[in-house]
Order: sequence, then C-alpha cells, then structure tokens
Amino acid sequence: MSLAASVAVARGPMTVGLDVAVADGEVLAVLGPNGAGKSTLLRVLAGLLRPDDGRVVVGTDVWVDVAAGVHLPAHERRLGMVFQDHLLFPHLSVTDNVAFGLRTRGVRRGPARAAAREWLARVGVADLADRRPGQLSGGQAQRAALARALVGDPALLLLDEPLSALDARTRLTVRAELRRHLADYGGSTVLVTHDPVDAMALADRVVVVEEGRVVQAGTPADVSRHPRTDYVARLVGLALLPGTGEGGTVRLEGGGRVAVAEQTAGPVFVAVRPESVALYPSRPDGSPRNVWPARLVAATPHGSTVRCELAGEVPLIADVTATAFAELGLAPGTPVWASVKASEVAVYDR
Amino acid sequence: MGGRWAAGLVAVALGVAGCGGDDGAAAPGGATSSAPDDGPSGTLTVFAAASLTDVFTDLGGRLEGQHPGLDVQFNFAGSSALATQVVQGAPADVFASAAEPQMATVTDAGLAAGEPAVVAANVLQIAVPAGNPAGVTGLADFAREELALAVCAPEVPCGAASEEVFAAAGVAAVPDTQEEDVRAALTKVELGEVDAALVYTTDVASAGDAVEGLDFPESAEAVNAYPIATLTGAPNPDAAAAFVELVLSEEGRAALSGAGFRVP
Amino acid sequence: MRGRREAGVPAPLLVPALLAVAFLVLPLLGLLVRAPWSELWPQLSSPAVGQALRLSLVSATAATLVSVVLGVPLAWVLARSRIRGRSVLRALVTVPLVLPPVVGGVALFLVLGRQGLVGAWLDEAFGLTIPFTTTAVVIAETFVAMPFLVISVEGALRAADARFEDAAATLGADRWTTFRRVTLPLVAPGVAAGAVLCWARALGEFGATITFAGNFPGTTQTMPLAVYLALQRDPQAAVVLSLVLLAVSLATLLLLRDRWLSRAGAAA
Repeated sequence: MSLAASVAVARGPMTVGLDVAVADGEVLAVLGPNGAGKSTLLRVLAGLLRPDDGRVVVGTDVWVDVAAGVHLPAHERRLGMVFQDHLLFPHLSVTDNVAFGLRTRGVRRGPARAAAREWLARVGVADLADRRPGQLSGGQAQRAALARALVGDPALLLLDEPLSALDARTRLTVRAELRRHLADYGGSTVLVTHDPVDAMALADRVVVVEEGRVVQAGTPADVSRHPRTDYVARLVGLALLPGTGEGGTVRLEGGGRVAVAEQTAGPVFVAVRPESVALYPSRPDGSPRNVWPARLVAATPHGSTVRCELAGEVPLIADVTATAFAELGLAPGTPVWASVKASEVAVYDR
Repeated sequence: MGGRWAAGLVAVALGVAGCGGDDGAAAPGGATSSAPDDGPSGTLTVFAAASLTDVFTDLGGRLEGQHPGLDVQFNFAGSSALATQVVQGAPADVFASAAEPQMATVTDAGLAAGEPAVVAANVLQIAVPAGNPAGVTGLADFAREELALAVCAPEVPCGAASEEVFAAAGVAAVPDTQEEDVRAALTKVELGEVDAALVYTTDVASAGDAVEGLDFPESAEAVNAYPIATLTGAPNPDAAAAFVELVLSEEGRAALSGAGFRVP
Repeated sequence: MRGRREAGVPAPLLVPALLAVAFLVLPLLGLLVRAPWSELWPQLSSPAVGQALRLSLVSATAATLVSVVLGVPLAWVLARSRIRGRSVLRALVTVPLVLPPVVGGVALFLVLGRQGLVGAWLDEAFGLTIPFTTTAVVIAETFVAMPFLVISVEGALRAADARFEDAAATLGADRWTTFRRVTLPLVAPGVAAGAVLCWARALGEFGATITFAGNFPGTTQTMPLAVYLALQRDPQAAVVLSLVLLAVSLATLLLLRDRWLSRAGAAA
C-alpha cells in the first residue's frame, strides 16, 4: 500500500509543510533536528493530529482530505506505530499488548493471542509472553512494541524514534533485527529519526526536514555523501563548504580556494571527510595544493580518534589519532596547518 | 458546632476585655468598678437555649441601655450542648435551659449559684405550612401514613415532650423523621417538605407567615419549663444577678409572653 | 559507608510532623481513654446501633458506587476534554467541598424536595418523594462525597501519560474502548484512592443527611446521626458509638487496603 501525503500544520510561528510519498515495501526515513516537524508529520499520518491543510492517501483509501472535509479517525486507519519509549500498556501482559489491536478489530481472544504469540516468536521474545512490560528490558520492550505494531498487518507502519531510547549496544542489535523485519514487511514505512545511522541502515530513501520543510531528499548514500545543509553535513560528519566552481578549483563563499580532482563550474558544494584532513605543527613541505592555516576550536573523543573542530579561512573537521593529537601538543587555540588531497574532496552542484 | 465556635469567640472577647484593664471588666464583684451608677459593668456572658434568642437579645439590649458600662454577650444553642460547655468550664455567667434535665446537669456538677428559677414555660403546637395544604386538624393526624410528618428526636426536649403528648392522646405516631432539634423540624415545615411538625408555640411565633400553628388540648400534658441560674464560676456575678432579675421582672415576663411563652 | 540509605528525618520536618501526629491522634486517644468500656458490648449488641451501623455502611457504599459511576466520567471530562468553561465547571463541582453540609441539604430540598424543581415533577408524575428515605441518605452522601472522588481521579488522569491513549488509538481502539481498556486501568489506583476518600467522607456525613433525609431509625438514621443524638442525652453512649463507627471504618479501610495492595503487588 503506497502512501502519498501532503500536509500543512501551523505550529506557532512555524508552518510545517511536508510532502512525502512512499511506495509499497519502501522505507522512508524522515531525518531532522528536534522541533523540525518530523513528529508532527507522523501524528498527522497516524490520525492523532488534524492538519490545517493537505491530503493523506494510502493505496486507494483517502485518510485525510482537508478540502473535502475527510478525516478518518486514528482507530479506523489500518496502521501500526512504534513509539520511542515503546508505550506498552503497563497493566497488560506482553501477549495481551500485542493482541490488543486484533481484539479491538474484532478478533476473538483465542486467535488474537495465538497470533500475538506467533509475532512475539518472530521478534524473538516468545519466552517473555506472560510478563508485564515493566519486567522487560528496553530492547525486549521495543521488540514487543514492533510485534504489536505489525501483528494487524497494517497498510502503513510508523516508527517514531524507535531506537533512540536504547543503549548503544542494544541499539545495534535491535537495529539489525528491525532491518530484517522491515525487509519482510510489504507495506509502506515511515521512520522518523534524528540519528543518521538509523536512516542509513534502515531506509531506502531519506528526506531531511528542517524548520518544517524538506531540505534534501535522496538515497541514504546520496544524502550522506552529498549533504546540502550544515545540519546534514554535521550529522554525517562532513565539513560542508559552499562555493563557486572555477575549473579545477572552487572559490569558497567564506573565502579561500579548494583544489578538486574534477572540472566544475557554477554554484557547488565542497564536502571534506574528517579522516582525510591531516594536521601539521608547521606548514608541510612538498607542494600539496590544499594547505590552510587554522586554529583548534574544540576537540572531542570520537571512537579511537579525536575529532578536531578547526576555525580559519576554511573551516574544517579533522579526525586524528590520540597519539598524533598528543604529539602535536594540541589544545584549544593552538595554531595548526591543515591539508587535504584534492582527490579526497567531494564536489557537487548546489 | 456553632455553639462551640460561639463559645470560643466569647472566650476571646472576654480575654480582650480582661486585657483592656482599667474598666474592671473581669474584676469579680465589681466593687472596684468606677461606673458612675455603681451598677453592673464589664462583660456579661449568657448561655441560653436557642428558643430564647429573640427575647433574650431584646432584654440584653435593655440591660445594656440601663448600664452603659455593660456589654452583654450571648451564646445561643441547644440546651444539651450548652450544658456540656458549662460543665467543661466555659466562662459563662448565666445559664438558661429549655428544659429541666439540662439544668440538672449543671446543678449536679455544683455549678449553679443557688436554686434555678423557672422563667417561662413552653407547650407544643402543630406547625403546618401556610394554608395547611394537607388539612391537618389535630394530633390524630400524626398517625396518618400518607402525610409527611416531622417530630423532634426523643433524645432532645421537644421530642421527649412529643412522646408524652402522643402517649396521653393515645396516638400511634408515624413520623417520617425525628429531627435533631426543633428548629430543624420547623425548617422542614417552612420548606413545605413536611405536612406537619410538632414544635413549640414559641417556634411557630418566630417563624413568620410561612408557618401556621394549631393548638391541641393534649399539649397541656407536656409543659416545658425554662429554668435559669447564675453560675458559681461567673466572671461577672453582679451583672449575672442583674440579668436574671430583669428576666424575672414584670418587664421580662411581658417580653417572654409576647414571644409566645407561658409565664408563671 | 554501609551502603544504607540515609533514613534520618531533618528536624525542621520531624517536629511539625510529630505535632501533626499528636494533633490528629490525641483526640482519638481521648475518646479511647474516656470510653466507658463496660457499655461497649451492650451498645454493640443493641439492635438500634446495629441498624444504624448497617444503614451507614450500606448507604456509604451505595453513595461511593454512584460517585464512581458518575464521578469518573466527570473527572475524565475535566481532565481530557476541551469543552469550553471547563475551569468554571471544575469550580462548580468542588462547591460541595466548601459548602456547609447543612446548606447542601437545604439545596437538595430545593431541587429534589416535594416542592423542589425536580422533586415536584417526580411527585406529580410518578408519585415519588425522595426526602426522608434511604435514597435521600444516599443522595445527600453522594452530594457531599463525590467531589473527593472527582478531584482524586482527575489528578490521576492528569498524571497519567496520555500517549498511552494515542497508542491505543493507533491500535484501532475508539475513545470509549480506549477509556475502558487503557485509561481506566492506568488510573485504577487513583480511582481506588478516590473511592476510599469518598466512602470515608460519606460514612461520616452528618449535616446534609440530617437536613435532607431527616432522622428516622432504620431508614435514615446513620451512625453519625445516632452519635449526635446520643450526645444530647447520654454523652458516654455517644463516645461508645463513635468508637464503634471508628473501629468499623478503620477495619474496612485496612481490609480493602490489604486486598488492594496485595493485588497490586501481584501485578507488579
């Protein structure tokens, strides 16, 4: 069941205006910072919020058509939703939580429970069927919540930050499982997240939402390689530099030039990956074409490396090993030289 | 409840007067009083049955008029509640009860100064809503199941009196409610919620046009005497004596009789 | 360093707390000390006391049931709906809390009495008169006690996470099903606490009852009325009756609490 939605919701001074389309079996990730309007979109799709304008069509069913005065209430929509903090009903057993949606839709208790147990087995928590949600770990609860959302074979699956309440290790496993279940699921999925890793790992397509608008759309690989806003660039850990292509070099809007490996013209973005930036205490010998003086602004541990934020004519992010960081005697305010090979610089049209 | 609050207020008032100092408010005996007429002054506290409210307020005002230095405070409530308060040490000068057993509570505790005097008597009357919609004619109507009827609870004086008149008249009364005091019974007549209630003559007299009173011969079987006494612990015995004297005087008797009491 | 949580009570809390305990418990102790214990059994076994006690328990329980049936939906409206004038409604609902109960009784007369707005019609159309009946006792107690339940349940509803109701809606539950199967179980402890408060208030109700329902042994004389009237004639008996009422209500509350707690424990 495909989804086509176009919604407008006035939210204080901001108006959320988003158009999304999701094909059958496709997973669309809606990525954006807090307050961008992601959850507003999800609540409209779920029927928990009436939009001020727009249409929501799933398959051939019109769920919302403001102009025509159509608004199908939430409980009449064939959908499943997974919330950030699972929202399993604390007074019901895990089985009854999963059977809940079938019971409200008229399935008798026996068959509903049987179907619930089957789904609990599929998500790997069959042994917890008789527990109360309070006795489950975060990962177990989120698995049960996924079973609860999918058991009714919904036309639309809505995932609202499904992994963000989990600890890092659990998130990794549950993400992998979720990926598998989404692959098996035939309907349309909308995943709301502010974690680019979720979007990259789970989605077929990504839309980036900022301040109520779609600012970028594309495949996860495309979006992560070619960010178009600072927000996305920061999310995927790139330094994003707008400029103008002039043959083999780009004149940056903030000043300075970057040598690139291809011929360009007109407005372009230059994206530099942190691991491709090398730092030196003094101007390096030889003749690398991209060398700039800079100053260390901030340094944070990032995996086995240290992520260094640099200020200067060309603002960059550099990942250096802890050893190198120590050898360079880096501290906030330290002047350094930054260098990057032209072949390591991504350039694409704005 | 109201009685206790009132008692508290009186206690506060007394305290304030006492602190006030030089007018001898709380000075026992009043001999040191500097009032020009050398009569009672200060604060006089009278505990009296609720049915005496109108008459006693009037008489108290007259006494204050005769003695400019005197302030008369009243605590009107059910006699039983008042007797309990007096026994528990409430600072009263005079106690006037609506029945003898409650006065006995006080005299038994040795708190009455001298023998209580009977100031008035009250008899029962049938109270009906204005126009007497149910056509009540006499005590026998209290045996009619179809009427809504109120009497006082047997625990309170008017209820005990009611039982006596029913017994004397040979009426098997079927009341719908036994009210906690005579005023509550009267209220139900005023609201038209009962067709008749057995209350005191004085209550009917005070109720105004909403209530009519019907006399009945058996009322003579239960004449309720109102005893009054000054109290041994009276903070202001001179004023207490003056008040009791006024109540028992021709003037006092006339006022009581005007309010529907029988006067001895 | 024992790994035990610091359990001391700071003095600024301890002293007022002890004063509060003394204030609440000493009058009770007074009743216990002064009680003529030899009269206890004769009073307990007297049919009049049994009658009043039974009537009290039955009417307070009925009033609580009525309060739950009507009050929980009202609490939901106050907590969840967006109807206009909700704050005015809430203020009106809490009026019985501040109204002297006797005035409440008179107000009930004005509506449900023989001459009352609704009562006159009931009398004419069906020959029904409410005052001076056990029904009137239940009505008076409900009038005075229901606000306790409404306020308690409204608080529980406000504290409950409304997103569970969203979750239920996405699972196909309409608002009524959501209320029955999700909201109500979630606020069950609040409803229980409110019902207990309501029951206790109804059990002790005096002013509105004696005004609206009158006082007649067997039909409208509840324990508080019996206590009050006993006080007129025999204060000693009144003390004993109070203790009986006290003991029965305490026993009931403890029993309920135990049962309820043990069930909640099994659920957790």
